[in-house]
Amino acid sequence: MLTQLRRSAVMVIICLVLFGLAYPLLGVGLSQAFFKGQANGSITANGSNLIGQDWSQTKCPGHLPGSCVFQGRPDNLGPYSDTGKYKGDNPAGHPGDDPLVANGAAGESGATNLGPRSQELVTYTKHLNEYWHARGVNPTSDLVTTSGSGIDPDITPQDATAEIPMVARATGVSSAQLQSLITREAQGRQLGFLGSPFVNVLQLNEGLAKLEHP
Amino acid sequence: MGYFWTILTLVVALGLSWRFLGGYMVGVFEGRIRFLSFIERPIYRLLGTSPDREQSWKRYAGSVVIFSGLSFALTYAILRLQGSLPLNPQHFGAVGPGLSWNTASSFVTNTNWQNYGGEETLSYLSQMCALTVQQFVTPAVGIGAALVIIRGFTKKSSPTVGNFWVDITRALLYVLLPIAVVAGIIFVGQGAVQTLSGPVHIHNALNGVSQTIALGPTGFMEVIKQLGTNGGGFFNANSAHPFENPTPLTNWLSIYLLLLIPVCLTYVFGKMVGSIRQGVAILTAMVILFGAWTAIATVAEHQPNPAVQQAGLLHQPTGNTVGKEVRFGVPSSALFGIASTQTSTGSANSAYDSFSPVGGGALLTGMMIGEVTPGGVGSGLYTILIYAILAVFIGGLMVGRTPEYLGKKIQATEVKLAGLGTLIMPMTVLILTGIAVSLHAGRAGPLNSGPHGFSEILYALTSQGNNNGSAFGGLTGNTTFYNVIGGIDMLIGRFGILIPAIALGGVLAAKNVVAAGAGTFRTDNPMFVGLLIGVIIIVGGLTFFPAVSLGPVVEQLSHGKFF
Repeated sequence: MLTQLRRSAVMVIICLVLFGLAYPLLGVGLSQAFFKGQANGSITANGSNLIGQDWSQTKCPGHLPGSCVFQGRPDNLGPYSDTGKYKGDNPAGHPGDDPLVANGAAGESGATNLGPRSQELVTYTKHLNEYWHARGVNPTSDLVTTSGSGIDPDITPQDATAEIPMVARATGVSSAQLQSLITREAQGRQLGFLGSPFVNVLQLNEGLAKLEHP
Repeated sequence: MGYFWTILTLVVALGLSWRFLGGYMVGVFEGRIRFLSFIERPIYRLLGTSPDREQSWKRYAGSVVIFSGLSFALTYAILRLQGSLPLNPQHFGAVGPGLSWNTASSFVTNTNWQNYGGEETLSYLSQMCALTVQQFVTPAVGIGAALVIIRGFTKKSSPTVGNFWVDITRALLYVLLPIAVVAGIIFVGQGAVQTLSGPVHIHNALNGVSQTIALGPTGFMEVIKQLGTNGGGFFNANSAHPFENPTPLTNWLSIYLLLLIPVCLTYVFGKMVGSIRQGVAILTAMVILFGAWTAIATVAEHQPNPAVQQAGLLHQPTGNTVGKEVRFGVPSSALFGIASTQTSTGSANSAYDSFSPVGGGALLTGMMIGEVTPGGVGSGLYTILIYAILAVFIGGLMVGRTPEYLGKKIQATEVKLAGLGTLIMPMTVLILTGIAVSLHAGRAGPLNSGPHGFSEILYALTSQGNNNGSAFGGLTGNTTFYNVIGGIDMLIGRFGILIPAIALGGVLAAKNVVAAGAGTFRTDNPMFVGLLIGVIIIVGGLTFFPAVSLGPVVEQLSHGKFF
């Protein structure tokens, strides 16, 4: 019994040193040496390419907010909807976050967790539907549903195409130009077969800004 | 088409690993592969043991319990003292006693249930020293128990079953650590973060958004999370978070890693007992069940979401996108969910709570059948071997043949231990679910109402009782009530099966081998595979059917009703 206790204590300490300190620190060392950009969050001038942002509040003079940019997927119970109950806060018991403070000190990443027969989900989806229709967009299912992380940075090329009428009207860039921008920015399946094709919303909007101010 | 190739490449990669990593693991555990002996030997010297010194099953089980007890104490202490410890750039305070109890139970039992909120609760030091350590250690303990039961079949009239300290040291150094380092570098290369600097603040001039982005030593924790079938994430969103699972490639690798060791252990079993066909029979049963469940979930998730349809979006060509990430797509999310619930991993790349009733039901029942297809690291193999012993016993009774498995007579003691190993989990889960739905504190938990709310409670207790760790995330689990009963659920679910498994190994090792005769029931042919699948489904199906029918079944059948 005493021998077992002593051995256990020694092994617990060995594991603590090897796997709690040496392993993660080795990871930090190797990652910072070989993949510095990725290891620090893939941060570019306008944010992280991996973390979604809220584009719905972008000021668009003469048009509804958010109409002059491509928008990502909604977050946490429809913050895009004007009547969104949880807009701007993160009440206890509701995992998920507000895109304005995405993944930061004021909110956790996470999903809405609403079930497929949830009355609440019906209500929020209706609000999101109205939100898009007010902007002249016939939404696809990604545009009215929240993601698993709540900070999904991507939409599908079809989702982006659905937003073209809105962006074209607010920016004056022609639909054909927007379509070719989407085609240029779209990423196919990785290695030809993995996952599903997507467009990064931040990169798409950076491309759009270049079209507007060449 | 992409999905077809995803599955095909996984099958090929796992098939190759089965043969080669499996062969390597046999060499390691038989002590033939020793290239790391320069690290191994000093560890044995510090422990005061050596590979030649074997333990009885009682001493082996005692080592497991005492070692896990101390690990629990250390994990609990780190979480409670978090506020005063270094590597805490966000200055998080101490984790409360209820949550620390739950989290320590969770990580020491290889459950990795997340009542904690990741980036919002835990410091870098807690993630590294409290969580990551256990993510390495607990699968090694599982491998140890699996080796004991394998040795039960290979040893003849032996009072000993191996040396716990040697088994876990080898599993850690030769198997878990090297694979994790290589995979960790790939994950970081794809975009997983790995840094000790605190959150970054950014301002985007294009839309006026200011963001605080949490970082941390994530990538290397992520890979051991998958490889060790742990599932506890760095971030609240687990593998849906782009810093944990940035690309479709890391998603594929995650699925590969979480299936890897459990699948390879069937080769280790076959090779060590001297007939690879025996391992193939076990693997075949696993693959058939896994394939069936994957097909069910994939089809179910391609159906439109009824609530989204009700809101006016009738056309949903990609299926149920609620809670799923665009970069993975619907089919890979369904596959990930099945892989993670049938391996006791419990990581999540999508919101399981928002799966369709049938899809979510597939995740739930995958855990209820004991997570043996292929199950957790070590725990999958020892649990399916317990089922196999029951199958041999039942099959033997039915045809009047001698119940023997691999030359060992299956008698009263073995059947009692196997019965204990298969019944403890369902009993614990069902009793605790009954308690939770009877008490106000339990009923306050679910986010969704109606049958889905019941599913959330049932899922939580099934997940913890099976040491899975995935969740129908709507349940508010971080309450005193759920923290306490969840911790109890996880400890019983782990040690209530692990100890009977080690005992079974000890009892079998003490027996002599009887030569196979004409009356011996064969355990390496399709008949046995069918029988084994039948036993798994009947034990899981009959015990849980009433509970499942109150949740997913009612939900699926409630056409046109919303709750």
